[in-house]
Order: sequence, then structure tokens, then C-alpha cells
Amino acid sequence: MTDIPFLSLAIWVPILGGLLVLATGSDRNAPLARGLALLVAIAGFIVTIPLYVGFDASTSAMQFVELQAWIPRFNINYHLGVDGISVLFVLLNAFITIMVVLGGWKVIEEKVAQYMACFLVMSGLMNGIFSSLDGILFYVFFEASLIPLYLVIGIWGGPNRVYAAIKFFLYTLCGSLLMLLALLYLFMQADGSFSILDWHQLPLNIAEQTLIFFAFLVAFGVKVPMWPVHTWLPDAHVEAPTGGSVVLAAIALKLGAYGFLRFSLPIVPDAAQEYSGLIITLSLIAVIYIGFVALVQTDMKKLVAYSSISHMGFVTLGFFMFNPLAIEGALVQMISHGFVSGAMFLCIGVLYDRMHSRQIADYGGVVHTMPKFAAFFMLFSMANAGLPATSGFVGEFMVILGAVQFNFWIGFGAAITLILGAAYTLWMYKRVVFGPVANSHVAELEDLSAREFAFLAILAVCVLAMGLYPFPFTEVMHASVDELLRHVAVSKL
Amino acid sequence: MNFVVPDFYPAAAEIFVAIMALVVMLASTFARGVRWLAYALTQFTLIAAAFVTIYTLKGDVSYTFSNLFIGDLLGDLLKLLIYFSMAIALLYGRGYLADRNIDKPEYYVLALLMTLGMMVMVTANHMLPLYIGLEMMSLGLYAMVAFDRDSARSTEAGMKYFVLGALASGLLLYGMSMIYGATGSLEFSGIANAVYHQAANKTVLLFGIVFLMAGISFKLGVVPFHMWVPDVYQGAPSAVTLIIATAPKLAAFAMAVRLLIWGLFDVAEQWQSMLMFVAVLSIILGNLAAIAQTNLKRMLAYSGISHMGFMLLGLLSGVVEGDRHYALNAYSSAMFYAVSYVIMSLASFGMIILLSRAGFEADSIDDFKGLNKRSPWFAAMMMFVMFSMAGIPFFIGFFAKLSVLQAVVAAGYLWIAIIAVVMSVIGAFYYLRVVKVMYFDPPVDPAPIHAPAELRVLLSANGLAIAALGLAPQALMSVCAYALLASL
Repeated sequence: MTDIPFLSLAIWVPILGGLLVLATGSDRNAPLARGLALLVAIAGFIVTIPLYVGFDASTSAMQFVELQAWIPRFNINYHLGVDGISVLFVLLNAFITIMVVLGGWKVIEEKVAQYMACFLVMSGLMNGIFSSLDGILFYVFFEASLIPLYLVIGIWGGPNRVYAAIKFFLYTLCGSLLMLLALLYLFMQADGSFSILDWHQLPLNIAEQTLIFFAFLVAFGVKVPMWPVHTWLPDAHVEAPTGGSVVLAAIALKLGAYGFLRFSLPIVPDAAQEYSGLIITLSLIAVIYIGFVALVQTDMKKLVAYSSISHMGFVTLGFFMFNPLAIEGALVQMISHGFVSGAMFLCIGVLYDRMHSRQIADYGGVVHTMPKFAAFFMLFSMANAGLPATSGFVGEFMVILGAVQFNFWIGFGAAITLILGAAYTLWMYKRVVFGPVANSHVAELEDLSAREFAFLAILAVCVLAMGLYPFPFTEVMHASVDELLRHVAVSKL
Repeated sequence: MNFVVPDFYPAAAEIFVAIMALVVMLASTFARGVRWLAYALTQFTLIAAAFVTIYTLKGDVSYTFSNLFIGDLLGDLLKLLIYFSMAIALLYGRGYLADRNIDKPEYYVLALLMTLGMMVMVTANHMLPLYIGLEMMSLGLYAMVAFDRDSARSTEAGMKYFVLGALASGLLLYGMSMIYGATGSLEFSGIANAVYHQAANKTVLLFGIVFLMAGISFKLGVVPFHMWVPDVYQGAPSAVTLIIATAPKLAAFAMAVRLLIWGLFDVAEQWQSMLMFVAVLSIILGNLAAIAQTNLKRMLAYSGISHMGFMLLGLLSGVVEGDRHYALNAYSSAMFYAVSYVIMSLASFGMIILLSRAGFEADSIDDFKGLNKRSPWFAAMMMFVMFSMAGIPFFIGFFAKLSVLQAVVAAGYLWIAIIAVVMSVIGAFYYLRVVKVMYFDPPVDPAPIHAPAELRVLLSANGLAIAALGLAPQALMSVCAYALLASL
């Protein structure tokens, strides 16, 4: 069973499948493209299931490792593997891809094949990011995944899409090119090795660590995004089509946070400890300040975008507490946020498809015309606010507990998010869903179709399951997080 | 004095091309009515020359014609690449020239003579043949730039190129004479010997290097000798621009390598510091100026300036404080960059030719508007080229940048590497803009693309090669490294 290269399958099934979808050509074959895309997305998810089923939670070592020389001239290898930190993201990504395909089923009528192909290729590339153990391989996937998202925002996006797409691309590129220099520097220091695992053991002095830490901070901080380099995200979210927003929020933001755990903490542990104060400050600003910013938004997508930044601030905060509770909490938060933010954007997409407006002021009394939708939207809003029994609560609670262990006032600051999150989410929910029917457009709304019901229901089950019984998620990551912390505690100086 | 018959064998390819150039000239004189003849003979010559070069390929280094000529793997490899890019460039350009009624046999004769010039440059072991080869190449190019003689732009560009080119040749020649004065030799090994034994007058030598550098910079089209590049690229017929932007860059690379590394390796740190100035300024100016362009040929001209600057980063990272440990790595990365650039450049100008038709030049960025609607396939090919030039993986341009940056970081020039990557981000903007107009904007002219099948097939192959070489760059990288290793 271990002979089957599941990780390669997880990467290449969606990519090759995406190219196949592309080959269906013009919009005359749109139904074929949709069907094929769904098939590929499901196949892509199925091949990731053995990664979870066959995962050995008792070890922190890399599993499902594949190692093949790729560019021997620079000792670059096709080196894949997952541990407890990354394996769940591969599954999450493959799962979200199915939702995206379903979400864009009816709405996208132009260039359907290209749309579906972009998402499938992107899904494969992102699996590549989460499973790369070679620095350049990681970088290649990291950069290449910008291309499909750039196209998705630019082709199927809103009126200001060009600005948003180029801003998104250049922000991320700027960060990642500095990371490339850090990777090259590590390559020189490690005597010609691009293996991330070798770099974990590489001794570095504090000056080197500081420079590398900041290079990584720029790359991953932009991607997370952390305050003050977050401004690309609201633009990208607002302009992107629903599917683009879902992938952006559910997966792309996780790449940055994942980078901190895979690169920053283990490769430059001393610098990470040295500058943890900075990260904690930036994270708290994101949590509190951006929470307030979310409160005043009039555009639903923008509101959820800011709420994503605030939630991701929670994640980076958890990482730099250096205790297992907070890190695991942050990881749980990442996965939960993948479900919840994805679901929130899909819900907004459902409304947008009917009304072609994202302004909160255009809505009101949706519950009278779309009761089923209102129920789902309620659940996801509660999860976004961190209500107990939903997945949103578990991660936030763990991070707050971990933060209190570290320092009471940091924990206190983080806990403010529970109030703010509830305030901005539920206030939006109230204005959109409750009250009298606002106008004739709302009065004509139709409730969920079977397709929409299906994907929201699946996500609702995930959110509830994770909230009620998070053990299957935390169990997997335990050994790897413990090992990571042991490693970080040992100075490299 | 007895006369020794030189060994013609290593120079078989050069001799063959020279004879064929005359054959094409005569054939087209006597068979004026057969329009395809000159083209067909030229393509045949390039292909046959490749076979001759492969057949006479030797692993070791051989000298002939009293050491004027050097036959080595580096030269052979570059010659093969030159035939290859010339053949593709002529194929791309054929329909374009026919549409404008300038597909005269003389064009192909000039192309062959130019090829011969480049071959001589690549295999020169002595300043004189190097200079003769350079002039042969340049004269061919001057005439080709002005080939569309009824177009004011084309003749203006030809004139500009000629005047500035003659000046640069003069500078180069002056530099060569100074080096001769300082070292007493015109042969590269003799120069190297004199420099190694510190028998050369340092001041004169350094002045000579400055002038050489001016000549090399002009031919590569890098700052501060870049003024001609945008005007010539824009003014010349696209088919000729395609030629200027490809094979001569390889020949200029060979010239730089022969002069600087074969001849002046022992004063590497002197010329490296000059190159540093040239390379960094080219990267900065090329990328910044490209942003403001609305003409695609002009934009590609500025982007070419920055690419050549990037390539020079590889050449200047060879020797660090006397440590030559990284030299081979650095030079082969520069060569890999030059080859990658030629492959990308072929495809980018090929796309302009594809979209052009009689009476219409598709050389404005706006002409690419909505290409995704008109032809998704070729929009994807152009997207490959643009992302590759911007250095985004999985395309060959990324690995070219990676290998050069790796050499720069290894040499410890972190500040140069930082400038280079920051400028790459700026550069990404204008490449992204081309992708933007193709994919995000509606088409201005919804007509489907009409182009000969051979152009379509070859352009597709070229675009796919950019992606395929990005997935598996190892072979090309090691060929470059091996050729340098075997020749040094």
C-alpha cells in the first residue's frame, strides 16, 4: 500500500485532470467540462484519503516520502512527504476543490473549461506546496500557484478586477522573491542541499538567522496576510468570483501560516524566539484593529475578508506562543477557518448570484424568502463568531488558553476577538437576514437549489463535527507539534 | 620559408556556410523567378551545417590557421544554437516578409553571411578573426534592419544602428590595440600569458579593458550603450528584430567569454567591477523603462536590456577575492541564461509575427487585447513566454534566474541579488500587463488568426518547449556546464 505514491497522485491527478478539462475547449462543451471537472475533483479527493487513513499518528517523522532527483546540477530533488502538520491541509485542499467546482457550476457561463481547469491546477499546485520537502520544489509550487489565481481573479472577477489581480500577484511575488534569496543562502550554508529537513539541523549564527527570519516573514506575512501588508486581501476577495474567494480564504491564506511552521520556526528558532514579541504585536493588531475595521464594512465580502485577516492573526499569535496547546489550537483554527470562511463566501455567493449585490444595505428580511439558506448562514455565522459546538470555537479556545499560559494580557487581548467576531458577524447577519423584507428584489428571492443545499450541508456537517469532536484532527498533529517544539527549544547558536 | 597547409577539418562548418552563401547568391541571380529557392537553400545550409558541426565535433580543443581558430565544445555548442535559432527565425519571418514584399533572395544571403560572421566570432582565438566576425555579423544586420527600404522607420533604424555600431566597433578596435600594446599579443592565450606573468603594462591594459567593455556592452545592448536597442527593435521589420534579439546575443556572449575569460581571466576582478556597474544599471533601467512602453517591440527591447544585465550577473560572479572555486558554476549559469533568453525571445517575437498580417503590424500591446477569445491556444503560449520572462516557475526563465542568482549569492554579492529580485518584481508588472490585455480585456479585432501551418506548429513547439524545459531543465544546464568545462 505504501508503494503507491499518494502524494504525487494528490498533486498530479488534479493538474493533469485540469489540463484534460481544458482540452474540452469552447463553451459549447460546457456541460462536459463541468462534469469532468467534478469527476477530477472527486478523484483528487479520493486519492488523498489514504493519506489520512494510512497516517501513523504516533511518529513525527515524514510519511509517504517520495524522493527522486530532479535537477542534480543544483541538487534539487522531487522530495515529498507529509507530517502531522501538513497532512490535514492536503485533505482540506482537495475537499474544498470539490466545493469550488460545485459552487461555480451554474454561475460561470463563460470560459467554463478554463475556469474549472484553473481551480483544478491550482489545487494540485497547492497540494505540492504542503507536501514539498525540498526548498526549491516548495518555491516552485508556491510561485506557480499564483498564476491560476491571478487568472481567476482577472478573468471572472468584478469591475475592479485588474487592479486587484495585479496587486495580489505583485505583493506575493515581492515577498516570495526575498524568500528565494533566503533559500539560496541556506543552500550555500548547507553545502549544497535544498532539503528542508537538512536545514532544520543547520547551525546558523544570530545575524544570519535574523536576516533569514525577516526574509521568510515578508514572504509568509504577505501571504497570511499580517497587518500591515494585508491590504491586497480585501481587494482580491471583493473582486474575485466566489470560487476564487473560497480558495483564497480556505487554502491560500494557510500557505503563509504553514510556511511559518515549516520554515521560520524550525530553521531559525533563535531568531523566532528573539522576534516573537514583534509577531505577537502584529498578530494582536490584526486581531483587534482589523476586527474593528470589519465592524464598519458595508460590503459583505469585504467584511468576511477582514474577518479572515483577524482570524489569521489568531493563528500567527498561536504559533509564537511556543506551547503545544496554542500551536495545535492555531492549526485547528486554520482548518476550521478553511471550512467556515469557505462556507461564508459560498453563502455570500448564493446571495450575490441572485441579487448581484454584496452591499449589506441592499438586503434585509432574507429569512422570509430563503428560510433554508438563512438557517445555514446562521450556523456558519455562529461558527465564524466562535460559538461553542462549532469548529470556530475549538481553535480559538485552545489558542486563548495557550496565550494565557504564556502571558495573561496577551490572552486577554486575543479573547477580545470573541466579542468583536460576534459583533461584526452577527450584526451583518441581522441586517441581511432579519427585519422586514427590504425591497422587491429580496421579495423575489428563491431559496436554495438542490446543488447549493448539498454543498452547504456538507460544509455544515464538517463544521459541526469538528466543533463537537475535534479529536480526529488534533490526534494527527500531536506528535509532529511536540517534536517541532522540542526542536525549537534547542538553540542553534 | 615553407608553407604549411592548415588543417581545414575543424573549420569545415565555417567553410561550408561560406561556400553556400555564395551558392545562394549565384543561384538566386540565375534563377530569379524561383522565389522559394533562396529560402530553401538557406534552410538546407543551416541544417547541413548542423550536421557538419556534429560530425566534426571533438571532445578536446584543437587549433588551426596558425592559432587564429579554436575548435572546442563551447564553440560547437554555440554554433549549433546559432544555426538553430537562425533557422527558426527565418522560418517565423518568411510569411511576414512575403506579406510586405521584401522576401528578396538578398535577405537570405545576408542572413547566411551574418551566420558565418557569428560562427567566426564564436570560434575566434585571436582578436582579428573576432573583429572580422563581428563586423561580418553587424554589416549583415545593418542591411537587414533597413531592408524595408520604403519604410522611413526601418531606414532610420538601420542608419542609427549603423552609425552607433560603427562607433562601438571603433571603440572595440581601440581597446584591442591597447591590449595589444600592453601584452604584445593578439592571441587570447598570449594575452592570458602576459597578464599572468604580470608582463603587461597595467594602466594601458585597464584602459584597453574599458574600451573592450564598451564594445561588448554595445553588442549585448546593455546600459550605458543601450540607446540603439529600443529604436532598432521598434523600427526594424519584426522578422529582423527577431533575428537581432536572438542569435547575435549568443555570439556576443561568446565574444565576452573569449575576450574576458580566455584572455583576461587573471584580471577578472577588474572587469568584474565594470560589469557590476553595467549589469546593475541595465537591470534597473531596463525594467523601469519597460513599464512605460505601449509598443510591445519596444517593451521587449527594454526587457532584453534587463535580461542581458541579468546574464552578466553570472559572468561577474566567477572570481571572488581571488577564489576561483565558483567560476565554472557562474559562467555556465550565464550561458544557461543566454540560451534560455534566446528561446523565450524567439517565441515572443514569433507571436508578434503570428498576429501581424499584410499592412498591419501587431506590435502594440493593445493588439494582443482579447487574444484569449481569438485563440486560447496561442494566448496560452504567449502567457508561457511572459511568465517565463518574468521568472515564474514552472518555466525555463525561472531556472535561468535561479541559476544566476545562485551564482551571485555564492559569490557573496547579496546586495546585487536583492536589487535583482526587487527589479524582477517591477519587471513582473509589465509582463503581467501583457497577460492582462490578452485575458482580461475584450478583443478589439475579433478576427481569427490566419497564419501558415508551419508557423503555428513551430510556435506551439517553441511555447511548449519553454514549459517543458522548465519542468526538466537539467539537460540544458548540464550541457552548458559541460561545454564550458571541456573548453576551459
